[in-house]
Amino acid sequence: MRPLTDEETKSFFDKLSKYIGENIKLLLERPDGSYCFRLHRDRIFYVREDLMKKAGNISRKNLLSMGTCFGKMTKTGKFHLQITALDFMAPYAKHKIWLKPSAEQQFVYGHHVMKSGLGRITENTSQYEGVVVYSMNDLPLGFGVAAKSTQDCRHADPMTLVAFHQADIGEYIRNEEALL
Amino acid sequence: MADLVERVLQEAAERESHYKTIEVHKDIELEIDPGNLLTVDTNPLDATKLKKNREEYLKSLARDNTQLLINTLWQLPTEKVDEAIVVKLPDPKTPIPREKPVPKDKALTKWQQYAQLKGIQKRKKSRMMWDDQSKEWKPRWGYKRGNDDTQEWCIEVPDNAEDPNVDLFAKKNKEKKERVAKNELQRLRNIARSQKSKVPGVGLTPTEAPSKDYLGKALALARKSTASIGKFTDKLPTEKPSKHTGKKRKFEPNYGDVERESKKQLKILNHIQNRIPIVNTTKAANRHIMEEQRSRARRRREEDGGKQKGGKNKGGGGKKKGGFKAGKKGKAGGKKR
Repeated sequence: MRPLTDEETKSFFDKLSKYIGENIKLLLERPDGSYCFRLHRDRIFYVREDLMKKAGNISRKNLLSMGTCFGKMTKTGKFHLQITALDFMAPYAKHKIWLKPSAEQQFVYGHHVMKSGLGRITENTSQYEGVVVYSMNDLPLGFGVAAKSTQDCRHADPMTLVAFHQADIGEYIRNEEALL
Repeated sequence: MADLVERVLQEAAERESHYKTIEVHKDIELEIDPGNLLTVDTNPLDATKLKKNREEYLKSLARDNTQLLINTLWQLPTEKVDEAIVVKLPDPKTPIPREKPVPKDKALTKWQQYAQLKGIQKRKKSRMMWDDQSKEWKPRWGYKRGNDDTQEWCIEVPDNAEDPNVDLFAKKNKEKKERVAKNELQRLRNIARSQKSKVPGVGLTPTEAPSKDYLGKALALARKSTASIGKFTDKLPTEKPSKHTGKKRKFEPNYGDVERESKKQLKILNHIQNRIPIVNTTKAANRHIMEEQRSRARRRREEDGGKQKGGKNKGGGGKKKGGFKAGKKGKAGGKKR
């Protein structure tokens, strides 16, 4: 377990700011205690400070997880967001997509979002922006990348992809062992 | 006659009184270790005698105990060496602490470590070996060795030789020298390792087929092999920083100031959002100063060049040449058009 280096922080924030923009500040400066990001086993964890100090007593090999895992750093220094970060992404998301009930299952099974399944979309979402995917009754289901801007979505035919799937809550079942 | 007897008896009595008896009685028997010439008396001291005449009492006690030790020595088998009676002492019984600490085990060499790990055992080779050519026994190595391949008068060029004109004798000599040098280097490294001092970097040992990694290392070493340790070595425009710098990654402390850490992260966040490149102010200032100096120098040169055209100055060859070149270029361009 160690703090992030500057490069890691940069690539991490770069990815994160695609989804929540300047709201990262709210993660760093919290009124309810000091929180920090820690790297352990190539994963970035978002931990309360005192919990992090307690976790420091556990040897590196035996420490499995602490706080919330936000995602993994690849060996080449890129950051991959994981579904476990959804709790912190959903409230701060800048761009959202709401799915029709019929398309929910498709998405939760790991498929991309098609125009036919699109319920609502945030205004002025540009192409390739990170979006958080919701069901129609405002339940966050996962996140993805907008394949079309809001403007393009209006004129797209029903079979075109609107958002690329990145992570969904179905992974808690499908991919349980990799989420730790 | 009676007189004589009396005198003899008297003398004997006198001698007896002069020399103390060799028979000593002790309540508890002494522990005698003749190997160390050591006697330990466990009898309690006589308190009244000790108080009355301390020195005298202790002295007599020491004498008695020494007497007992010498009595036991006389019981050992004696020899006569050069008119002197000599006793061979038995092995000492009392363990005595050593003066110096026990010497540490010698550190294993790298090969010995490996051999231990793999369970490779040393096998003794006989020193002499049979030499078929001379039909006699000769030493395995060294002077006048048997099966000596250094004294060959001809070496066959192998069929699959890449270059048949290569001097095989020279090649053999060179290989031998390299092996010796490598061995010496390894010896020194073993010594360094055993003394826990810093193991010197090997640089690079010669290989038959250098790998990509090896070449990278060689390049990094070659860059650094200047008087300024590579500070002024030019870089190619798209060159990546070398992996073989020998620098280790350093991380912030895990339990450091979390507040400072988050401030630093906020700063990075600001840079990302505003897309402001991180500026090294000193470097930028230096570059600005350098550019200013350069432009000033250029201006001055131009001014000087103007003056020199008028007067005759021997030192201005380089500058004149520059001017000439420019003119030539212009001419060439004109011709093309």
